[in-house]
Amino acid sequence: MNVLLDFIASVPWGLMTAAIAKTLFLIFLVVLPLVSYTVYAERRVSALIQDRVGPNRTGFPTSLLGFQKDLQLFLGGLGQPVADAMKFMLKEEFTPGHVNKVYFWLAPILAMVPALSTLAVVPFGNFMLGQKMVVADVNVGILYVFAVASIGVYGIVIAGWSSNSKYPFLGGIRASSQMISYELSLGLSAVPVLMLIGNLNLSEVIQYQINNGWLLVPFTNGVFTLKKLVLWGPIAISFIVFTISMFAETNRLPFDLPESETELVAGYHTEYSAMKFALFFLGEYAAMIVGSSLIVVLFLGGWHLPLLPMNTIESSETLPGAILGLIHISVFFAKVAALLFLFIWIRWTLPRFRFDQLMKLGWLYLFEIALANIFLTAAILALWK
Amino acid sequence: MLAFGVSVVLNRDPVASALSLVGSFLCLAALFVGLDAFFIGVIQILVYAGAVMVLFLFIIMLLDLRAEKRRHFNRLALAGGGIVSVAFAAELIHVLAQFPMGHLPFRPLGVEKLDDVRLVGTTLFSNFNLPFQVVGVLVLVATVGVVVLSRRELK
Repeated sequence: MNVLLDFIASVPWGLMTAAIAKTLFLIFLVVLPLVSYTVYAERRVSALIQDRVGPNRTGFPTSLLGFQKDLQLFLGGLGQPVADAMKFMLKEEFTPGHVNKVYFWLAPILAMVPALSTLAVVPFGNFMLGQKMVVADVNVGILYVFAVASIGVYGIVIAGWSSNSKYPFLGGIRASSQMISYELSLGLSAVPVLMLIGNLNLSEVIQYQINNGWLLVPFTNGVFTLKKLVLWGPIAISFIVFTISMFAETNRLPFDLPESETELVAGYHTEYSAMKFALFFLGEYAAMIVGSSLIVVLFLGGWHLPLLPMNTIESSETLPGAILGLIHISVFFAKVAALLFLFIWIRWTLPRFRFDQLMKLGWLYLFEIALANIFLTAAILALWK
Repeated sequence: MLAFGVSVVLNRDPVASALSLVGSFLCLAALFVGLDAFFIGVIQILVYAGAVMVLFLFIIMLLDLRAEKRRHFNRLALAGGGIVSVAFAAELIHVLAQFPMGHLPFRPLGVEKLDDVRLVGTTLFSNFNLPFQVVGVLVLVATVGVVVLSRRELK
């Protein structure tokens, strides 16, 4: 009994409540709405690119209540994600007879959970209400992201295998070989950045960029030096390799071989329906958001915007400081949204690779470029003491 | 973790065994994180759960080992395994019972945050530089060996 009381007294409740509040805010108020509106943006942007209209008129379904017309919102179509979500929840949840039931149910969970848990270490703002805007400020931030993201492949592999039919199986196999191949160049392309900054903590990565300018836009702090200009080369290479590998890791279009609908029906989630399918879908978009926020944190200065004043942990409890904190959070997600637009734009512009081209690109080009880039950065840093 | 470990051995389905092993790796990583050794915990997940076991699972699924499920237990192997594990447990209890520090809690480290990545790096590249390089050469030799062995004869 005493042990139990001691344990309860020793738990840092304040810290825990703050962490849970931040998690709930991040996942339910920011990321999940962002996911559903990314799906909507995907449909509108694809329509724009293909010279169509897209879903532009989902309003309140007042016609169900006997009115002549549906009530249109002032921005027609923004109700579409709500309607999509309702559709996913109300559809029949069908489990085919030939599947391996336990794993069939496990797979959507394994696809969704890692994608959301990587967000724990991403700093999405400066300070708000006396709290640092990151759920877990650990000293191995970026390694944690890579580790947890590499767990995500299990969801896809198990989905493909447990469906017990050939197209999902092929999709699952393709997905796992693709993700294993591109994880290498993803990790290696981040190494030059870490060599430059000398810290794995993502908050420190942003702090470095506040002091020395964003890595990809190195003059945001107003200081021009030759060293920055020389280092910009390897950083730009690693940005390009990182972004391409991130596309491959999230199975986005030039690399969407695992679910290429023209040859594999829908790949690993062919046999899934209703909410279980929705979880794969949401997991994929959540992985996109995590990937974009990682690119923002590593190369584009995170929540920092030049000329915008900083708030401190004390000032963030007053109203002006809190508003400033909110602006920082919005800056972060505005950058993420811009990258998401890039993801969508590329999806509807480029055709799909062949599988051997995909493997060749990963192993023969990106991997070597990333490796050579590490040596290049090391040489520059060693010569420029 | 122990439950996952037991289910690795007891499961007849190779895929279930492999997944239990993944679960046990994750629990091991959680133990490391509980000891504030974030770096080792994360590396545990990254290397074992994220890379090695994915390849294992990949190969198990491709081989489609249905025969494994039907195979009966080998009595002799079962008895041998039992004896070895009981002996190991007895030895472990014997050693731990003699360990006098077992009742004391760990001394606090004295620092708020440990920069363990940097510490591991400096230790590895200063005190253990030679073994580290030798291991690197060993891995290279193994890689070359695999390439030589798996290369088919050109006709």
